[in-house]
Amino acid sequence: MTANYKPVKPARLFGVHAAPGSWHKLLLGLLPFLLIIALYAYASHARQLDNPDDKLLPGFSQMVEAMQPLVLEPSPRNGQYVFWADTLSSLTRLALGAGLAFICALWLGLNMGAFRGLEAAASPFITFISMIPPLALLPMLFITLGVDEVGKVALIFIGTFPLMTRDVFIATKAIPREQLVKTLTLGGTQLAYLYRIALPQVMPRALDTFRLSLGAAWLFLIAAEAIASTDGLGYRIFLVRRYLAMDIIIPYVAWITLLGFLLDWALRMLSRRLYPWYAGVNSK
Amino acid sequence: MNQQIKLSIEDVYKSYGDKLVLDNIDLKVAAGELCTLVGPSGCGKSTLLRLLLGQEFADAGNIIIDGAPARHPDPHRGIVYQKYSLFPHMTVFDNVMAGTRLSKQAWYLPWRRDEADEALAVSMLERLRLVDAMHKFPHELSGGMQQRVAIAQALMSKPPVLLMDEPFGALDPDTREQMQIYLMELHEEHKLTIFFVTHDLDEACYIGTRLLVLSQYYTDDRGDAPLVSRGAKIVGDYRLAREALPTTEKASVQFKAFVEQVRANGFSPNNRCHVRDFNLKHPHSFQTLTRQESQL
Repeated sequence: MTANYKPVKPARLFGVHAAPGSWHKLLLGLLPFLLIIALYAYASHARQLDNPDDKLLPGFSQMVEAMQPLVLEPSPRNGQYVFWADTLSSLTRLALGAGLAFICALWLGLNMGAFRGLEAAASPFITFISMIPPLALLPMLFITLGVDEVGKVALIFIGTFPLMTRDVFIATKAIPREQLVKTLTLGGTQLAYLYRIALPQVMPRALDTFRLSLGAAWLFLIAAEAIASTDGLGYRIFLVRRYLAMDIIIPYVAWITLLGFLLDWALRMLSRRLYPWYAGVNSK
Repeated sequence: MNQQIKLSIEDVYKSYGDKLVLDNIDLKVAAGELCTLVGPSGCGKSTLLRLLLGQEFADAGNIIIDGAPARHPDPHRGIVYQKYSLFPHMTVFDNVMAGTRLSKQAWYLPWRRDEADEALAVSMLERLRLVDAMHKFPHELSGGMQQRVAIAQALMSKPPVLLMDEPFGALDPDTREQMQIYLMELHEEHKLTIFFVTHDLDEACYIGTRLLVLSQYYTDDRGDAPLVSRGAKIVGDYRLAREALPTTEKASVQFKAFVEQVRANGFSPNNRCHVRDFNLKHPHSFQTLTRQESQL
């Protein structure tokens, strides 16, 4: 006779065996957000009670009030919706700089990974220039390329290109030699290997690197806009800083963060859609 | 039977640094042969295969495949590896079609389709019982299925010589036996010339029509002084009678005795045969010895 043992049911939250359900995960994930908002609201409220003119921790209603003219009303000076114009010009710079860097890095990294000759020529140089702190180049870029769009795009490009190139190069080189031999024995050319076998295999990895590089790209964008610009999200933040306008700075920072998050999410979804095999291969 | 020579190797040497791996290898393989190559681990089986494939090159000697010297990998020889044979980003069907697409279309355009080749691919998949898995990716398949796809992929290009590098090495015994039978059937059906490297002597004796034993355990007139650098040679070359053997053959006394004989002659450091006494009974076998190796 065997006793009727109770079936094992893993804990919901605590311990290494815990298996949180999807609702648990959602609520737990929201928890830190709610906490920080509540904390801020409390602190802001406390300061308002002390001094109704406090600028340091504006309440949410003050932020809405301050943002309203920027978001919903055309600027009296040039008839533009300031918030949306800033967003558009910042995103354009980001897309141009990081996008061009991605395309160039993908092409160069792929070729370096496949062709030993090019690797020998380019690899030490790329490794070397990837050590340059891009912000140190900013004055030079502004002097040589001017303070308008080209300089800012160039900064983002230089800031993200070497790292992405190195990563694509490493990923391409890591493809087993067998894949090249297979391609050739099946009648493919060297270029067919490069663009039909190697490229699709490194694409998902390259997109991952691109997502990570976007963080750096935002940094260089904001820095460039802070120093020399007439519009853009970074420009606005540094402009209103002079008036201690936290009620504008905080929503702008939140908006930048949200944009970055959405961009990252969109790229992840794109990668998952285009390369459904990638997750499965990696989990093995 | 067509006695055309598909593969011929003469006086081939290969060393890595100071270590001589392949030492004066001579070999001819006729069309339609399923030639298995076994040997103790580290004897250079895979090195020989890579030379045939053009993945590496010999220090000296000639390797002729299908009438032309072996250069960089090309469609004159197909290859099935133990792993990494399949393209992980392609479905099973696309993997099987890869050969025709890569060789016939400079750029792959999904709307340009070759119905005849696709039908051939589907029939190949049917033959290997892979139709249900047609739209899966390789990582979703079991090891045995992956190797079946790899064989189908290589066969689609109809290579004059099919090289196989321990293709069943990672499979469990049952799957392995199934795959051996598949391979023997395909060999008969398509009149393939196969060069099959394995470390499993049973497997080699079972599926082959010809058995080659590569081994570093032999002796010759160069003596056995510690400074004598000697690489592996083909120490045994047997013709195997194979008429669609049932798997029970593996258990027969005769088969076991043969396997033991081959093992004793090729796999034992204590039982070194002299180069002049190698068991090279196969009609296509030949041996060119240098003066140092045989001073007769």
